[in-house]
This record gives sequence, C-alpha cells and structure tokens, in this order.
Amino acid sequence: MRARTLLASAVILLTACEREDRRLNAPPPNPPQQFVTDVRLQPGPTQISDTTEGPYDDNAPGTAEGQQLFSQMNCSGCHSNGGGGMGPALMDDQWIYGSRPDQIFASIAEGRPNGMPTWKYRLTNQQIWQLVAYVRSLSGLTPKSARPTRADHMMVKPANSQTPNAKPKNTVKP
Amino acid sequence: MFAVGGAVWLAVVVAMLISIARRGEPSFGGRSSGLTMFVAGTGIVLASFLAYDFAVGRDLAKRGAPTLTIGVTGHQWWWEVEYEDLRPSQRMITANEIHVPTGQLIELKLRAADVIHSFWAPNLNGKRDLIPGYASSQWFQADTPGVYRGQCAEFCGLEHAKMAFFVVAQTPADYLAWRTASAAPHTPPADSIGAAGLRVFLSSGCPLCHTIAGTDARGTVGPNLSHLASRKTLAAGTLLNTRENLMGWIVNPQALKPGVHMPAIPLKPAQLNAVVTYLESLK
Repeated sequence: MRARTLLASAVILLTACEREDRRLNAPPPNPPQQFVTDVRLQPGPTQISDTTEGPYDDNAPGTAEGQQLFSQMNCSGCHSNGGGGMGPALMDDQWIYGSRPDQIFASIAEGRPNGMPTWKYRLTNQQIWQLVAYVRSLSGLTPKSARPTRADHMMVKPANSQTPNAKPKNTVKP
Repeated sequence: MFAVGGAVWLAVVVAMLISIARRGEPSFGGRSSGLTMFVAGTGIVLASFLAYDFAVGRDLAKRGAPTLTIGVTGHQWWWEVEYEDLRPSQRMITANEIHVPTGQLIELKLRAADVIHSFWAPNLNGKRDLIPGYASSQWFQADTPGVYRGQCAEFCGLEHAKMAFFVVAQTPADYLAWRTASAAPHTPPADSIGAAGLRVFLSSGCPLCHTIAGTDARGTVGPNLSHLASRKTLAAGTLLNTRENLMGWIVNPQALKPGVHMPAIPLKPAQLNAVVTYLESLK
C-alpha cells in the first residue's frame, strides 16, 4: 500500500505539466539585439528556420496573461481583437514585420511606422513576451493546447484551441 | 403557487384533524398524544418565527432609503471602491478600504469586473456575491466606530485568500472630515525627491494601470493610488502599508502575492526611493 502511494505520487510529479506552470519569478530572456528587421525576400535557398518559439508560446498562463494585457493596453483599439482596423490584422498570415517571436517582440517594443507605439518604456520584458505569445496564438502559431480561449462575447467561431494548427508563412521555400 | 400551497396546507390540516379525532384507536403503539405535542410545539415555534419575521420586515420598511451609496467592484484580487455623489467634485475612487459613517444605513452597489467574488464583512452583514454583468446591492449599518475586516468569500483565483478589505466606520463628524480631505485637489510634491518620484512614476509603465487624481496617470487596470498613503494595508490586506513593504511590492509583487497582474518593475534604487517617497505623500 505504501509502495503504491509512492509510485502514484512519483508518476504524478514526474508528469507535472509544464504547460500550466506559472513562471512567476523566472525572468524571460532578453530580446536579441537587432536594429533592422528582416525582409521576407531572401536570395538563394533560405536556411533560416521559422519554428522558433517565444518563452511563453507553449505556456498557458503566460499566453492568458498576454490576452489580458492585449485587452488592458487597448491593443483592440487598433487591432480589434485580431481582425485589424486602423492597424493590421493579427490573426491572418500576413506579417509586415515578421512572425518570429523576436520580430514580434521588436514590433511591440520599438513601435512601427504609421501608428504602432513604442512599448518598451512602459511594459516590462516579461509582459511583452506574454503579448508576443498571445499575438502568435491568434494566428495559430503556438501549440494548440496552450492557446487561451476567446472571451465569451467573441465566440463567433470555435475557440482558438479548436482552430487547426497553422504553419508560419514567411519562409521562402527553396 | 399560493393556491397550490394553500390547498396542500388545508389537506394536511384536515388530515391532522381527522387523525386527532380518531386518536382513541391504537395506531402507532398509542403514541398519538406525544405526536400531538410534537406537532403543536413545532407549530408554536414556527408561528413565533413568522411573527418575528413580520416585525423585522416592518422595521426595515419604516427605515427609508440609505443615505450613502458606495460602489464596490471586485477585481482579481482587489476591491475598487467608488464613492458616488451628486457633485462630481466629491466623487472619489479608492481601493480596498471603505469608510462609512456610523449610525447611517449604507447601500453597497456590488459589481464584478472579471469573475465572481463575494463581499463578506462578517461583523456587519452576510455574504453577497459580486457577479459579472449583474449589479446587486447590500445594505448595512455600522453602529460602533471601528475597523471591520472583510474577506472575499467566493473562490476567485490564485490569490483569493489574499483579497481582504477593511470597512472603517467613523463617527459622522470624522467621516465628513475624511471625505472633505480626500476630495481636496492633488498638490504637486514640494520636495525634490517627491517631484523626482512623480517623474519616475509617469515615465515608467505605472500610468498604464494606475490612476493618481490630478496627474496624467489615468489607468484603470489596477487600484487607484490617489490616497495610497492613507490606507492601512497594501495589496488588499496582504501587507501592512509601510515604506519597506511598498518598496518590496513595487520591485517584486510576485514574491509577495504570486500571480497578481502587476509585473516586477525594474527600478534603480534611487528611482525606487523617489517613487516610494512620492507615493507616501499621497494621503
């Protein structure tokens, strides 16, 4: 009996789900230094892999925090819950400045022409990475199991976690 | 419903009368007199409760409407308190502490911003749920001046246990003095450290979530900080409101209340000192 409880607790602990782990005190990585963003056109066969993941892409609480920040920082004011408006749509596969996590981080932190504000003096790195995870989840670039559900009033189609996986679109196929 | 209930009641009374009339016949081992006593006793108790209920209802109806309305909105994991007033200059939004005058009937308008919370000050009244999308209300009256601790009574997330509030009941004169002082306009800090603190506050991410009345900080995500220094606790009863606790909270709230939506704010020591000096001046 004692052995069985030990075995059961060992199984539970070893399979503890990292997806639901709240990384409250783990500092996210600093964004890579880049001063110019990559353009989609690349000469020759591309070697750049686009399967990079942000620090919170596979983390459900982090992505959900990004969802909260998206609403609280009024990103919907221009991006309208992902559909765009004054700003470009975030749930489609068109990325003006790239869909890699570090590219989206740079877009948010530095701001972009024609209206995207600079957020790096207002939000902490951790918050921007959480927003990166949420923005990527809007177009299906993050693992399905970690995506947050839409708010009730936005449920006009199946939840994000039921949307089929999408592949990143800004690689140039050889 | 009344007709059905009345008919059922009538049928039960008739059955009871019939069984009383037939009580000479041996039925359940001849305990019919005990049964009658039991039924009569229950009836007397219930009737007295009914009379008391009517008396309380009449008393409540005679009281009249509450004189003061306070809006309480539950957030994860803090309480937004709004003092309504017909004069816009006297309206005030604060957090986690509710000041009321004694001897007056107070109405609380209860709303929730995200999930279901529950307002419970055990010494004052029972629990009342705050349900998103639904405005409910609760009346109470504090008869004795003092500080009454309350607690969120509906599990609302990771830090539900650290979502306390305080009802500070003051004599009407004290309450009026407090309310007048709180409605005074914000004065810019006179000392240089406080002024530097205000500059640091406005140039960091703080204004995106917090409001300080009279400055450019007008965020509504987090608690209103206009009168932070006059509150007894920080973070909804988690910490005492001291300088050291405030510094620790700003630098790493996750260590004190893991899971709150406030991030760790990276400030240099001089900036932190200035900001806390400024915040402590917000009485």
